[in-house]
Parts: sequence; structure tokens; C-alpha cells
Amino acid sequence: MALKIRKRDEPWKWGALVIFLGALLFSLGVSCLLLAGQGKDALHGMFILWEGSFGNLWALEGALLKAIPLFLCSLGVAVAFRMQIWNIGAEGQFALGAIGATWMALSFPGLPWYGLMPLMFAMAFLLGGAWAFIPAVLKLKLRVNEIISTLMLNYIAILLLDYLVFGVWKDPTSFGFPMTPEFTSGAVIAGIGSSRVHWGLLFCAVVGVGLWAFMRFTRLGFELKASGEGARVARYAKIRYGLLTMFVMGLSGGFAGWAGCIETSAVLNRLQPSLMVGYGYTAIVVAWLARLEPLNIAFGAFLLAALRVGVENLQLELQIPAAFGVIMEGMILLTVLAGQFFLTYRIERAPREGGE
Amino acid sequence: MLMWEFIIPLMAAAVQSGTPILYATLGEMMTEKGGVLNLGVEGIMAVAALAAFVTSFATGSPWLAFLAGGTAGLAFASLHAFVCITCLGNQVVSGLALTILGLGVSTFLGVPYVGLAAPGFDPFAFPLLSSIPVLGDIFFRQDMLVYISFVIPFFFWFFFRRTSLGLHVAATGEMPAAAAAAGLKPVALRYFAVLTGGFLIGLGGAYLSLAYTHLWTNGLSGGRGWIAVALVIFAFWRPGRAVIGAYLFGGVMAFQLRLQAMGTHIPSSLLLMLPYLLTILVLILSAWRGRRIDAPAALGTNIEPEA
Repeated sequence: MALKIRKRDEPWKWGALVIFLGALLFSLGVSCLLLAGQGKDALHGMFILWEGSFGNLWALEGALLKAIPLFLCSLGVAVAFRMQIWNIGAEGQFALGAIGATWMALSFPGLPWYGLMPLMFAMAFLLGGAWAFIPAVLKLKLRVNEIISTLMLNYIAILLLDYLVFGVWKDPTSFGFPMTPEFTSGAVIAGIGSSRVHWGLLFCAVVGVGLWAFMRFTRLGFELKASGEGARVARYAKIRYGLLTMFVMGLSGGFAGWAGCIETSAVLNRLQPSLMVGYGYTAIVVAWLARLEPLNIAFGAFLLAALRVGVENLQLELQIPAAFGVIMEGMILLTVLAGQFFLTYRIERAPREGGE
Repeated sequence: MLMWEFIIPLMAAAVQSGTPILYATLGEMMTEKGGVLNLGVEGIMAVAALAAFVTSFATGSPWLAFLAGGTAGLAFASLHAFVCITCLGNQVVSGLALTILGLGVSTFLGVPYVGLAAPGFDPFAFPLLSSIPVLGDIFFRQDMLVYISFVIPFFFWFFFRRTSLGLHVAATGEMPAAAAAAGLKPVALRYFAVLTGGFLIGLGGAYLSLAYTHLWTNGLSGGRGWIAVALVIFAFWRPGRAVIGAYLFGGVMAFQLRLQAMGTHIPSSLLLMLPYLLTILVLILSAWRGRRIDAPAALGTNIEPEA
């Protein structure tokens, strides 16, 4: 029986969801094989993964906690990807945001929270945005490939963070550990009620709604959506492509910077290298899985955050290396990409000879 | 004095640390010549480095290990080929996914080997050539894999300039539709480019665990894959310039290590930034020359199936 590839006349309505679930299932299947390869009981492992992700309130809190930085980074990535600007630098922009926030927290330790927090968030946005602004300018003025420049800036940002916490910002009372002194209470984002989840969650909601309103109601937001087709189309539509690129990259980096600020302030209460756990890269996975839609990103961030928490449980209970989670992320993304073929094409039985 | 004690050893070290980058750059160049952008170089190198190490550890044969590295690179690149060429997935995102997956797989499966050593390749004086003054000391007191890397750029040049298969591959990188109209098979040619490219990238990864170090540690690739992607642009898709670029980066990496070993007061984190800063600088410089036209015209775009 001969098969034939045909372009779909109408979009496949629930296709994206079906493909995502299929990819998830496939990746879980392969993960089972990986576990079995390590000599573990795969089904038991899957159960522990599930328990660790969604099994109890503690797990759900943990997932929400990790979803906060993921959501902000991913929102930033998506804004840039929409314009086909490949900002792979969320990780570095996240680090710069954390550095900016720490700078303020260490400079004005006496301020109350309503004085210090705005300073920290502003500086985090500024530095994170500036870190993304460099590749934007290089791309516009010199046509330097932004994929590589943003990525190189990730490595540089992490080393800069190391330089600061091993050097000038090192806490003299930390017994040689690379970390800054603990933040004063004005620089720490508090938990909501008695839960582990902090007010950063509310901030995420505000940013999410704000971005949606911006895209919906402002001219710049409209141009942003319209220029997704690339520079040439944008120029036909008299869209200010250069301005937009710089704006989008600044915004993108600023969001990641905020994520860094929140994570340092609320979770670690200080700057230290363990801050960098790859949220910036996971954010790319989330953004693409969510098809760059803000609401989907919220779900996606929660899901991949839950996966991270589940893998931590797996690590604890079965001594599975943490890289297990990274493998799953990569695999899900790759499978979804392959599956997206079926969004535009369908496979049909070829008509018999003379049937056409 | 300074010449013999510092500069020549530094240049020899530049060739050594440039070699994995050279393999990877040529591999990525091969891939891009066929019109496919593969941003998974970093992940492919990591997986290949582990495959080579494990093979050498298990069999004791460095040659088999070197081949295993290349094969692992090829196998891993085939995922990218399938997603992009057959499934028409976004090449940028697929490459990133491959990097994420590759780094994950190598860390995950490499856990039991961390800190272990395996037989690899050691430097030896190449007969006759090593007695050439200066040049012999720089280029011909290296390991076997470095000598192999010397000839690959010539093969590469010959392949694209003198063989019909090379011309066909380049044609699919420039105008796949025209190539198809001329009776070529762009899909098969692109698979060929991605797979052979993956093999070469894999050899670069194998170099890391077999010759650069004989140990297995996490994060062995250390951004070299990304440097290779940048060097392809720097090299204007020409093998000769890839050699220059790779040794330039090898030089900076070696220089930075030497400074650290000499006990400088510059913090190591700042020194470690050098190769990454240089990558950006190199891209700026190559942009200045304004030779973007050298890029394969269809780079990054997929071939739509006829329907």
C-alpha cells in the first residue's frame, strides 16, 4: 500500500494538544527504558516521579515555586521568538537580574521593603535587559548572529556571577563558601501566608496580564505580533523593525532579569552559584511547547517545574542522577517538533492508478 | 628564551586544544553546506565524548573508541536530520533540543565513569617532520588524531570542489528546488550532509575524552560546540579559514590555562571568559567584512514535500 503526504486544507483542531500528549507519553516511555537500564524498577520509578510532582501539597508547592522563574523567563523567550529573534540567553539575563537585585540589596540594606524592592526589581530589569540589548544592537548594526551572541553571554554571565561571589561580594563570615551575606529582611520577598510559595507568584500574574494587555491594546504590541513573519514583511507593513527588535530584546531580558531577582530574593535570600540551575534553558522548552502563547506558558511552566520537582524526588528515593530531567526535557521538545509535521500535513493512502 | 620556553609550547598547545574545535567546525560546515543548520553540536560532542570514553574503557582500544565517537555523533545527528528533513521541524529549536538532550544523556550515563581514566592517544614525534625547526615543535609533536585532523580540510576542499557528490550537496544547500529539478535528490543529499557532519563532530567529541584528557568529567564540551558554530560563520564556510579559527581559539584556551597555572592575580573566572568574549569578537569581525553572501542560500530552510 503506497502512502502519500498531503497538505491539510484546514488546521487540525486539537492537533497541538494531541501531539504534545503523544510526545509526553513517548518520552515517559523512553524514560522508563532509561530507568530499567539503570537496574531500577521502571514502573515504581514512574510512580515516585508522579508522587514527587503532584502527589501531595508539599510537591505542588515545590512545583509552583519553580514555575515562577520558569514562567517569567519563558515569557521573555516567547516574546523574542515570536519575532523570530532567537534569544537563547535567558540563562545569562536571569543571572544579570540576580546580580542587579543583589547589588541593590547589598548597597541599601537599611531600607524597608517598599523602598528596596522597587530598586531591586528596577535594577534587575535594567541589567537583564541590557544583557539582551547587546546582542540586539550587534544583530541590527552588524548582523551578528544573535543565537551565538546570546549563548556566549550566558557563559560570560555565569562567570561574572562567580567572580562576584568568589570575590568582591563574598561574605567574610561564610567560611570560604562563595556566597554573599544574607539579605536583610527588606530585600526578601515573603511567603504567602504560611506556605512556601511567595508573593512572586502574584507578580507573575501581573506581568502575564500586563503583557497580554500590551499586545492587545497598544500599537507597539500590534506591530510586534505583525512582524512575526520576519524583517521583510515587517518593512512592507511600515513597521519599525529595528526599534521593535531592541524593544523586544530589552523586554525579553528584563523578564528573565526579574526571574533572577525573585529567585535570589525569595528562595536563596542571597547570591550564590547554586542559583543557576538552567531555568533559562528549560524556559526555551516551555516557550516552544506552549507555542509561544502566554496562557499556555503558565501551564507549561508549571508542568516542567513539576517534572523538575518529581525528578528531585526520584534522585532522593532511587539515586537517579538529576540529568534524568534534562533528558526528558530534550526528548519531549524533540518529539513535539517531529510531531508538528502532522499539524500541516497528513498521510493518506495514495489513490490507485487512474483514480486521479 | 621566552620564545622556546613559552611561545612555542603555547603554540603547540594551541594546536592541541584547537583540534576538537577543528573537527567540530568542519562537521558543522559540512552540515550547513547541505543547507541544514545544526545547533546541536555541543550536545553531539558531549555524547560522542562519552561514547568514545566508554568504548576505550571497555575494550582498551583507542582506535575503536575514536570510531565509536564518530558513530555516536552520526547516530545523534540522525535525530536532527529526521526531525528537520523528514518532519520539517524548526531547525533552530531542534538543534537546541539536541543540545539539551545530549548534555543530559552524557551526564546521566556518564555518572559511573566520573574521575576514571581510559587509554587514549599520546603525543609522539612524527618521523622526519618533527625535526623541522619551530614548525616541527608546534605541529609534529602531537598525537595521532591531530595528524589526522591536518588532512581532513584538504579532503573537505577536494570533496566540494572536485567531486560531483560534493557539488550536489552544495547545490541542495544553495537551491534545493533547482537541485530537485535537475534530477538530484535533495532530501537524501541533506541526510548525507547532516550524518557525515555529525560523524565529524563526533570525532571532535571523541578527541576531548581520548586525547585532550584521558579522564571522564562532566561538562567536557565546555561550549566548544557553540564556538564551532560561530567559527563556521567566521570561516565563511571555507575549510582553510576553519583551521585558522580553530587554532586561534585553541590558543586562547591554552593561554588562559597557562596564565592560571603560573599563578596570576587575575581571578580565574575572568580568564575563563576569554574564549566566549573572543567568539563574540570574531563574529563582529566577520560581520565587518560583510561576507554573508558566502552562507549557503537555503541554510535553515526546510524542503517542503511536493503535494
